[in-house]
Amino acid sequence: MRKEMLGSMEQHRLTKKKEVFSEWFIEKLLLMAGISSTLIIALIFLFLFKEAVQFFKTAGSFDLIGKWVYDDWEERNVFKMMWQSISEVPKYSLIPLFCGSFLVAFPATIIASVLGIGCAIYLSELAPPKVREMLKPTIELLAGIPSVVIGFIMLAFLATFIQDVFHTKFRLNAFVGACGVALAVLPIMITIAEDAMRAVPKELRDASYALGATKWQTIWGTVVPAAVSGISAAVILGFGRALGETMIVLMATGNAALVTGNIFSSVRTMTANIAAELGSVAQGTEHYYALFLVGAVLFTFTFTLNFISEIILNKMRQKLRM
Amino acid sequence: MEIKILNSGKTLRVNQDQDLSSNTTKILVRDLEMFYGPVRALHGIDMEIKEKAVTALIGPSGCGKSTFLRTLNRMNDTIPGARIHGTVLIDDVNIYSPEVNVAVLRRMVGMVFQKQNPFPKSIFDNIAYGPRLHGVIDKAVLEHIVEESLKKAALWNEVKDRLQTGALELSGGQQQRLCIARVLAVNPEIILMDEPASALDPLSTAKIEELIYELRKNYTIVIVTHNMQQAARVSDFTAYFYMGSLVEFGLTKDVFTNPLKKETEDYITGRFG
Repeated sequence: MRKEMLGSMEQHRLTKKKEVFSEWFIEKLLLMAGISSTLIIALIFLFLFKEAVQFFKTAGSFDLIGKWVYDDWEERNVFKMMWQSISEVPKYSLIPLFCGSFLVAFPATIIASVLGIGCAIYLSELAPPKVREMLKPTIELLAGIPSVVIGFIMLAFLATFIQDVFHTKFRLNAFVGACGVALAVLPIMITIAEDAMRAVPKELRDASYALGATKWQTIWGTVVPAAVSGISAAVILGFGRALGETMIVLMATGNAALVTGNIFSSVRTMTANIAAELGSVAQGTEHYYALFLVGAVLFTFTFTLNFISEIILNKMRQKLRM
Repeated sequence: MEIKILNSGKTLRVNQDQDLSSNTTKILVRDLEMFYGPVRALHGIDMEIKEKAVTALIGPSGCGKSTFLRTLNRMNDTIPGARIHGTVLIDDVNIYSPEVNVAVLRRMVGMVFQKQNPFPKSIFDNIAYGPRLHGVIDKAVLEHIVEESLKKAALWNEVKDRLQTGALELSGGQQQRLCIARVLAVNPEIILMDEPASALDPLSTAKIEELIYELRKNYTIVIVTHNMQQAARVSDFTAYFYMGSLVEFGLTKDVFTNPLKKETEDYITGRFG
């Protein structure tokens, strides 16, 4: 009896083995799919940095700030913070590109924050369900507009409008680009900020109402403070996106690599710089590696910003779990 | 006082220190009906709630006792599709008449919820939230209110040295007493409690019950509870709800020892519910 049972169990085990193998295989396959994005990020990181460091084979790290160059006009050596990749003495200063990127990304983030947080408050707290159902898909639609179309509108229409209103010297400038970039980062900001506010438990709102608070008092006194970390994560993530946006800034900012703090000046961002030059550069040259270096710096910025906002969001989720 | 309940063999300590049926009426409910969309949740409720007494609402889940409780401070207003017929008079004012200021009403009729819901702020800011809403900004006044409220809620000694720490760091029972203190800070006359101890351990429950017993001297309290013993221990009056109707209402000692209706008796003795 016992032996028979053992025999049948052995049999059973054998048939099981096949199943076990196929399950193991499927599991591993899905694991690969699951970690593929992590793997790809790691590979991009590696590739970017491997190429970027080769810049230092021929140039010093100080070249990234500026260079002493003999100036024919002033007839003496002058310190130049310039990006002039095609020139007798090529200059690869990152300073004008930083100026450009931040001069676009900061105003864009501010514009998008004001609009986006306002919209998120309206959507999560005030909008009647019907209006909400109509607005949400519209916002997703906004996210679906190709950035080249936004860039086109900025370049063709808004640039003229802004020049007429502000009488700017340059038609294409950082502010025009910032307006376009704000539109591009608005959907993600609204979505994350709204999620954060909707995650505030109903019990907290009830507590506020039960103490005699009005709707506005509840929003400002309870909902927004409870969701503040999520809202700031939305802003940080939006800033990261704004730094990384390429097509709109390439079209609308004028692409002059100037060291400036003037928001109505033409600027060139890190992204636009890569997009404009990488297509026509000879591989393996100093210029080529310099562009990779710009890419690596940009990637480090956006990666850090995304990482920070992810940490903040996680912390908030834990805190509100109650 | 210990009372043997009917023929069930269980004994309960019933709160019967004094006869409160001569107290003045604080809340007078007449022919109250409540609808959630097409669903009728309350059927013609008539009830007189006495001042400075504890009234317990008991009944099986979904019987309408929480719904009824929330009609007393108009918390049902926040639910879309909720409608109400009939009158609720508090100090002879119909709280559903259009000229009533809901914010002032809710300040007068405080509420403690089933799940402790402190704000993710400091202990101090939790208590000061209500007074600040109503325009108190003077720091000394706020400090005084916070201290008084915490003392009344029997929490002062446990938290006086850490008023600036986060309220979420307190234990569940402490959080619930904090929520009671938060209600006391706006100086209400009536306190509604929706199963305030159902999520707490026995020790914390005992503390809450003691607190209710203390508060009853100065406040009118209406409490929803699933716990028969709790209703018997803390309340002066008991109302038994079933399927949205008020089946029986009277002094707790009468309802628990000599119910008029068979359904009440079945529920209390545990034959049903």
